[in-house]
Amino acid sequence: MNALYSLVLVFALVLIALFGAGAAHMTGLFGTLLPYVAIAVFLVGFASRIIGWAKSPVPFSIPTTGGQQKSLDFIKHDRFDNPVTPGQTFIRMVLEICCFRSLFRNTSVALKDGRVTYSSAKWLWGFSLLFHYSFLLIVIRHMRLFFEPVPVCIGFVEMIDGIMQIGVPRLYMSDLLILVGLGFLLGRRLRDPKLRYISLVTDYFPLLLIIGIALSGIYMRYFAHVDIIALKKLTMGLVTLSPVIPEGVSVVFFVHLFLVCTLLVYFPFSKLMHAGGVFLSPTRNMPNDTRIKHHENPWNDPSIKPHSYADYEDDFREPMIEAGLPVEKES
Amino acid sequence: MADLPKANELFKSINYTPPSTGWMDTPVDTSPGNWCYPAKAEKLEYLGFPNPREWNPADVDWKLPENWQDIVHEGFKERLGKYRSLKVFMDICVRCGACADKCHFFIGSGDPKNMPVLRAELMRSVYRKDFTMAGKILSTLTGSRVMTEDVLKEWFIYFYQCTECRRCSLFCPYGIDTAEVTMMARELLHLCGVNINWILEPVSNCNRTGNHLGIQPHAFKDIVDFMVDDIEEITGKRINVPINEKGHEVIFITPSGDVFADPGIYTFMGYLMLFDHIGLDYTLSTYASEGGNFGLFTSADMMKKLNAKMYAEAERLGVKWILGGECGHMWRVINQYMDTMNGPANFLEVPKSPITGTVFENARQTKMVHITEFTADLMKHNKLKLDPSRNDHIITTFHDSCNPARAMGLMDEPRYVIKNVVKNFHEMPEQTIREQTFCCAGGSGLNTDEIMEIRMRGGLPRGNALKTVQDENGVNMLSCICAIDRATLLPLANYWAPGVDVCGVHELVGNALILDGEKERETDLRMNPLPGKEG
Repeated sequence: MNALYSLVLVFALVLIALFGAGAAHMTGLFGTLLPYVAIAVFLVGFASRIIGWAKSPVPFSIPTTGGQQKSLDFIKHDRFDNPVTPGQTFIRMVLEICCFRSLFRNTSVALKDGRVTYSSAKWLWGFSLLFHYSFLLIVIRHMRLFFEPVPVCIGFVEMIDGIMQIGVPRLYMSDLLILVGLGFLLGRRLRDPKLRYISLVTDYFPLLLIIGIALSGIYMRYFAHVDIIALKKLTMGLVTLSPVIPEGVSVVFFVHLFLVCTLLVYFPFSKLMHAGGVFLSPTRNMPNDTRIKHHENPWNDPSIKPHSYADYEDDFREPMIEAGLPVEKES
Repeated sequence: MADLPKANELFKSINYTPPSTGWMDTPVDTSPGNWCYPAKAEKLEYLGFPNPREWNPADVDWKLPENWQDIVHEGFKERLGKYRSLKVFMDICVRCGACADKCHFFIGSGDPKNMPVLRAELMRSVYRKDFTMAGKILSTLTGSRVMTEDVLKEWFIYFYQCTECRRCSLFCPYGIDTAEVTMMARELLHLCGVNINWILEPVSNCNRTGNHLGIQPHAFKDIVDFMVDDIEEITGKRINVPINEKGHEVIFITPSGDVFADPGIYTFMGYLMLFDHIGLDYTLSTYASEGGNFGLFTSADMMKKLNAKMYAEAERLGVKWILGGECGHMWRVINQYMDTMNGPANFLEVPKSPITGTVFENARQTKMVHITEFTADLMKHNKLKLDPSRNDHIITTFHDSCNPARAMGLMDEPRYVIKNVVKNFHEMPEQTIREQTFCCAGGSGLNTDEIMEIRMRGGLPRGNALKTVQDENGVNMLSCICAIDRATLLPLANYWAPGVDVCGVHELVGNALILDGEKERETDLRMNPLPGKEG
């Protein structure tokens, strides 16, 4: 049901763009104003979320460790799963963010012949990597629309992405792979009863929205063959703050752009903020060094004291003396 | 206990298919057996916790304070401002489900609300409603809901079906730690007087008498004397155990379970024999006679208050550093909280083994060393006279306690110690040990009999791994470095892998140690005949 709501929502967005930019000819709104608003909301929203998190202190150092601590010389220390220095912690974070290391550990549980069995389950890891890296490549490729001349590195990414040299225009692998990745993530949510049970509208919506963006982009490039020169005029106009809506921009493009704008606006208010939050997760971004170095808690309350020894002895002095235990005051 | 199903029946009853109703529409079951007994009013009064009263979770009316919703809301707000962890964990979960089948309570029950993601959603749904714009406007679409009495009851049931073992956190791509979420939820429940006696009574005892069990100082001394007698009977050697004495080099603090409960007492005897063997200049304390800190399961303030005794007593007695015994959550508190809450303890010195000269650089700040670090170092330097053959009747495996394993990474030290004193050692399957270890299902204050079925369900993954090595390798002993484990693994092993016993690592050390001037031993520390001495 939640998946259906999300699908309807994405269709509604497509219809809005089709009608607004197509039938109603509000190209100025869809081609200029909305993109500016979306980018502003994204930037301000993203920054304010990060600042909001950063404002709360980290009172205690609570890393989750994944290997042997640093202790005696003859015991091998697991540096990157149980880091003690900032450098080791940095590498742990790089592995986490670039390689999804924790997800790599994933196993799945089954009950077989009276036993609990654990099998390796790296599918989620593999397909999430596929999705995220395809997305990254696509974003980098799109940067050619915002630069004149196009930087060499962007051209290089495009070259690699299209290295298979299939078809005209040349097929970008990332276009296919992102759909494969998204398809897996969506299929997994729909197929696995446990996941279906926990999935909210806000889980399906971004997946379907990004699928919509990818499909409209693919349609534009491989089927509708839109006027890329006109598009570049539009995007360069946006970048140089002198927006124009050139002739010949297809309505498919406005649909694509509107969905992207929706994604940008939606991003800071949603779970998509995991992109920023992963950097701030105290269980991963801290070294396991609290026995080595002092960690400060800004709100540590100095007035909290233990039940004092003096009170304790007052309670038990007589029996303590009787038992021959040393006391501070004889009576 | 009486209506506990047989192990194979319980196993067959597990079903991972979620119910047909959505989780928000599935009512919480508050029938007896699903909860631990509530805290006694007198314990709350003594500790100054809010809303002390007699109440019963099976009743409809939980006698909450009039303005309990405001109390929860304000408490929530305060904690979002104080803990970045809570704020980030409320916001960034993508519900990928990687944690779903990592929780021992889920594996053993199939109850979807035991999936860590959903356990946290019980709290996130309220967070969204109260603290996010989208949640305020688009209620159900964003998975948000109003905090009602039913929601509070659901929190009570499920946040006391989480042992804060953090296994899910290990697998989470963002490191979301359900233990943090559970701790916060429990703090909020405490604000309304919704808490359990099996946590509050130990907290209250610990505050007054120094330990969970309420052992008073003279009784503590009696118990130690009994153990000294037993050691004399077994080894023929009378050893001296200083208590509350000033002017020693080291104070030794261990969980009180080791002093009081079988089989912890054998581990305690092992410590005492070790200290005698190496001539360690140490003292015990009755005031700080508890390493375990049930404050951790209550509130940050209570944890600090109880933990503070360790440093206070170390200072009063004038020792140089602290040696800590085998305990799970005690070491989580020491590793992650102690110095921050109650340090820096500059009146102490960086721990240095008086026997080997090793400086424990990894304890430079807290000044507190784990006994297996200390013993492993002694063994590496050949300072112990050992006869591992005295453990030949023992075929052991090792249970990594969740807290040291995932908060510290204390894994190879105990294994090193075990391998020096036992010939027959076998690891359980790799998905169930080291950082992936499974909880005993009685941690975080849930070691109580009224929820025995829940505990046995949660204990399935551990019990099952144990059964595997029992069947394949003939394992008859499960060693561990946690006093709660020593209490909870006993019924667990009895249920899932009958025939396996439980011991601490230093019990095995005690068996193997050759004390100077001892007689030829006929029995192990449990007074069972040694191999070859049965006749």
